[in-house]
Amino acid sequence: MDIRDYLKENILFLDGGMGTLLQEKGLKPGELPEMWNMSHSDIIRDIHKAYFDAGANVVNTNTFGANPFKFDDALLKEIIRNAVKNARAAADMSENTGEKFVALDIGPTGKMLKPYGDLDFEDAVRAFAKVVRIGEKSGVDLIFIETMNDCLETKAALLAAKENCGLPVFVSNAYGEDGKLMTGASPEAMTAMLEGMGADAIGMNCSLGPDSLAPVVERMLAVSSVPVILKPNAGLPKSVNGKTVYDVLPVDFAESVLKLIKSGVRIAGGCCGTTPEYIKALKNITAGLKPKEISYKNLSCVSSYTHTVYFGKSPVLIGERINPTGKKRFKEALKNNEINYILGEGINQQEKGVHILDVNVGLPEIDEAETLVKTVTELQAVTNLPLQIDTSDTLAMEKALRRYNGKAMVNSVNGKKESMEKIFPLIKKYGGFVVALTLDENGIPQSAEGRLAIAEKILKTAESCGIAKKDIIFDPLAMAVSADKNAAAATLEAVRLITERLGANTVLGVSNISFGLPERDAINSCFFTAALENGLSAAIMNPYSERMLASYYSFRALHGLDENFTDYINFMQSTAEKKPDGSAEKTELTLCRAIEKGFKEDAGSITKELLKSEEPLDIVNTHIIPALDTVGKGFEEKRIYLPQLLMSAEAAQSAFGVIKEKMSSDGGKVKCDFVIATVHGDIHDIGKNIVKLLLENYGFNVTDLGKDVPPEVIEKKVIELHAPLVGLSALMTTTVPAMEKTIKLLKKSAPWCKTAVGGAVLTKEYASSIGADFYGRDAMETVRYAEKINACLEERNYDKFTR
Amino acid sequence: MSVFTKIYSAPEFNKSEILRYAGTKEASEQTSELLESCLNECSGVFSYKVCFAEEKLIINGGTISMGSIKTDSKALLKNLDGCERAVIFASTVGLGIDRLIFKYSSVSPSRALMFQAIGAERIEALCDMFSAEICEKYAAEGLYITPRFSPGYGDFSVDAQKDFFGLLDCPRKIGLSLNESLIMTPTKSVTAVIGISEKAQKKSNSCEACTLDGCAYKKRK
Repeated sequence: MDIRDYLKENILFLDGGMGTLLQEKGLKPGELPEMWNMSHSDIIRDIHKAYFDAGANVVNTNTFGANPFKFDDALLKEIIRNAVKNARAAADMSENTGEKFVALDIGPTGKMLKPYGDLDFEDAVRAFAKVVRIGEKSGVDLIFIETMNDCLETKAALLAAKENCGLPVFVSNAYGEDGKLMTGASPEAMTAMLEGMGADAIGMNCSLGPDSLAPVVERMLAVSSVPVILKPNAGLPKSVNGKTVYDVLPVDFAESVLKLIKSGVRIAGGCCGTTPEYIKALKNITAGLKPKEISYKNLSCVSSYTHTVYFGKSPVLIGERINPTGKKRFKEALKNNEINYILGEGINQQEKGVHILDVNVGLPEIDEAETLVKTVTELQAVTNLPLQIDTSDTLAMEKALRRYNGKAMVNSVNGKKESMEKIFPLIKKYGGFVVALTLDENGIPQSAEGRLAIAEKILKTAESCGIAKKDIIFDPLAMAVSADKNAAAATLEAVRLITERLGANTVLGVSNISFGLPERDAINSCFFTAALENGLSAAIMNPYSERMLASYYSFRALHGLDENFTDYINFMQSTAEKKPDGSAEKTELTLCRAIEKGFKEDAGSITKELLKSEEPLDIVNTHIIPALDTVGKGFEEKRIYLPQLLMSAEAAQSAFGVIKEKMSSDGGKVKCDFVIATVHGDIHDIGKNIVKLLLENYGFNVTDLGKDVPPEVIEKKVIELHAPLVGLSALMTTTVPAMEKTIKLLKKSAPWCKTAVGGAVLTKEYASSIGADFYGRDAMETVRYAEKINACLEERNYDKFTR
Repeated sequence: MSVFTKIYSAPEFNKSEILRYAGTKEASEQTSELLESCLNECSGVFSYKVCFAEEKLIINGGTISMGSIKTDSKALLKNLDGCERAVIFASTVGLGIDRLIFKYSSVSPSRALMFQAIGAERIEALCDMFSAEICEKYAAEGLYITPRFSPGYGDFSVDAQKDFFGLLDCPRKIGLSLNESLIMTPTKSVTAVIGISEKAQKKSNSCEACTLDGCAYKKRK
C-alpha cells in the first residue's frame, strides 16, 4: 500500500530514538552508528523489530549520518543496503499485523552551506541524490528527511529526493526553543517552501520535548495543507548518578503527543531518548482515535530563509530599485560586477520598509543567468527579505529558483502559450508564487474585460499543470496615462474585476502609470491609493518615495489594518525627524570635517552642494584627499583607532560616490590595478574589505575577488589585468599554506606582480618565509606600500609597463 | 559518557572589552555612537549554547586521550598536568552575528568590525560563564579546574577539531558545523578542554595558558 493512501484514513505511527539505544548497547561516543548495520546487524534489527512490535507503522533505517562526506561510495552502498535489509527483516519478523513501511532516513550532512559554510548547494544536492538512489534501489517505501536545522540544506535534500526517485518524501526539521530553525526559519516559512516543492508530509523532530514543541506544532497546523509530522525528544537529558536520564516519561510523553494529535498531527513518533516503550504508550493512548481531517489553507505567500509574507490581507510592498532600466549607475555597476552597489540597494530598500525585493539584472552585455544567481545568493546573505526573481530569460529563472533559499516570487508568466509552457513547470518543480501578466499573443487588451478573460485563461492552464490559484498573482498592467488618457481607468477596473470575479490576488508596477509626466511621485501615489481601493494586493514601487510610503501607511490606517495607528505614527515621526547625522554643527560643517568625523550622509550631501560651484577633481584634491591624509596620519601616529579610520573612509567613499555619478565614465586619473582576495579555504574577509576600502579611497583600481579564492583564479585575474599588485589575506594558520601556494604560482606566471600579505596569524618573518614581497601590519601600511609601487610605475610610464 | 546541552541567557555586555577587540584604546565620540548603534541592532540575535561531556584523561607517554580525542600536544599536556578528568565542550553564540558581519562587510566595514568585536566578546563571555559554572560544580567536590585550552593554542593542532566534533555531535546538539579548512560555522564559536584537578591552579585565564607569541588580542594584566 502507498503510505500516502494509508495516511488518508489513518494516523501514522513512527519509531523512536536509535542513538540512545545503541549507546546502551555499547556504541562509544565518536563511533559511527551506521557501521553497526554490518557489525551488529542483529542489534539493529532487534531495535527496529521492537518498534514495529510496539505499534510503529514506519521505521527509519539506521542511516542518519550515511552520506558521501563520511563514507566512500562502496561503503555508503554497503551501509544503506544492509540498513534497509535490517529494517525489512524486522518488519517480516514483527508480530505487528498493521501496515508496515521502511523509510530511508536522511539526516543533515553536518556541514554548513555557502555562504556561511563551505558546502556548495549543488554539491549538497549531489550528495543527497546519491543516498536517495541507493535507498530506492535497496527497496525502501519512502524517503524520510529529518532533523534538518537549515532551510537551504533541507531544500537540497528534498530536491535531490524529488529528482532521483518517485517515492513519497517526508520532511522534518529541528526547531529550537525560540520556535525557529538554527539558521532562523519559522515553521510558516518552512511550510511555504516544502509544500511548494511537493513534500508529502512536513513537520518537526528532535531538539525538544513534546510540550516545548507544542507551539511550533500549532503554528504549522494552522498553515499546512499536508499532513504534519511530530517526532519529539523525551525531553532533555540529565545526568543522574552518572547515568543519562531523559526527563519526560513514556506516559507523560504519550499524553502530550495525544493532545497534539487531537489538534491535527497525523504522523507521530519519538526522537532522542524515546524507546519502544514510548511508542507503545502512544499507541495505547490513541487507540480508537479518529484522525483529524486536513483542511486546505488557501494561503498565498512567499518566503525567505526566515519568514513568510502573506498576500491578501495587508498590501505588500515590493521594492523596484534592483533593476537597470533607466538607471545609468546601476547599469555600470552590473557591467563592472560591483555587487556591493547592488547589495546596498537591497539593504537600503529594506530599511525603507518594503516586504519583498524585486531582482532584475537583465542587460544585453552580461550573462544574465550567472549574474542573477550570484545576485540572488549574495542578496540572501545580507537581507532576510523574500525576493522576486524578475527575468524573461527562462534559463536564468530556473537557475535562480533552484538556488533561492525559500519560496520565491517569480516575475513573470503571461497568457502566451509558449510562456505558460515554459514557466509553469518551473513553478511546479521549485515552488513559487508567480506574477501573471494579462497579455497574450494578441497583445494587451485595452478593456478591463479583455484582461480578465486572459487571467481566466491563465488560471485554467495553471490548474491543469497542478498550480493552484493561490500561487498566482495577476498583473493587469499599468500603462502610461500620458499615452492614453483612459489607461489608468482600464487598469483599475481590471484590478477590481480580477479581485471580485476570480477571487485572485493582483499586483501592479505602479510607477509605469506616470511615464512621460513631471513630478511622477504625485501621480504614482494617487494611482497607488486608487488601485488599493479597487483591491490591489501588492505594488512594485519605489520605496525611496515618501509620498508612496505615505499613501501606503495612510491606506492601512484608514482600513483598520494598523492597530492603534502605530505604523502610521512611526513613519510620520521618522520622516519628520530625519536630519543628517552631524546636525548640531551642520552650519559650519565642511567636507573635510565630515570625513574626519566619519559622517557618511553629510559627506555625500555636502559634496552634492560643492559640485554646484567646484570641479569634481578640485573637490577630490582640495577636500577629500587632505581629510583622508589627516585621518591616515592620525591612525599611523596612534591618535586615531581603527573604527574611526573606517568611519572616515566610509564617509570619503560616500563623497566619491556622489562625484562618480556626476563625472563621465572615464572618471579622471586612477592609480594602478590592485587585485585583492582572501585565500582559498578562508572565509574571513573583514580585514580584506578594510584594505580594499582604503585603497579605493586612495584612488587605486581595486579588483576584489572575494573570499575563499583558489590560487588559479587569482593568477588568472592578475595576468588578465597585468596587475602590478596583489593583496592576499589569511586569518587562519590552516590557510597560510594556500597563501604560500598562491604566491608561488604568481612568482612563476606573473613575475612582474608584487604580493602584499596580511592577516592575524602572519608576522613579517613569516610573510617573507612564504615569499611575500610585503607584509602589511595594518591597512594603512598596505596603502603606503601600494602608493610607493604606484609612484615607481608612474616614473617608468605606466602604460608601457602594463601593456 | 553522554553529551549534554545547555542554553544560557545573555551574559552582561562588557563594552571596554568590545572596544579592545575593535582595536580601540580610547573611543572617540563617533566610535562610542557606533558601538551603541551596533549593540542596538544586534539585540536578540544571539543564542548562547554549549554542549559538553566529561571524559577520563589517559596519558600514555606523550599522548593524551580523552574519549575519542587523541593528541600529542605538549602545551596541552602541561596544561592538564595532574588532572584525571576533563570537560570537553563546544560553544556558540549562533549564526545571527555572522549574518550581521556578512551584511555590513559589503556595505560598511566599520560596522562589520564592530559586530566582529561584539561577537568575539560574546563568545568569550559565554565561555567564561560556562567555565565559572564548571568551576563551581567541581569546587563542591573539593576539586579545581585548569584554564580552558582550545585547538590552535600553542602546539595543540586545529586538526583536533575533527575529534571534538566526533565526540560532541556539535551539528545536532548546538547547530555548529566544521568545514574543510577546520573553520567553524557559526564563526563565533569555541571548542576547548577544561582539566579537573585535585591541585589548586596557578594560571587563571586562558590567555595565560596559551603559548601563541605576538597575539594582538592577548589580555594584559
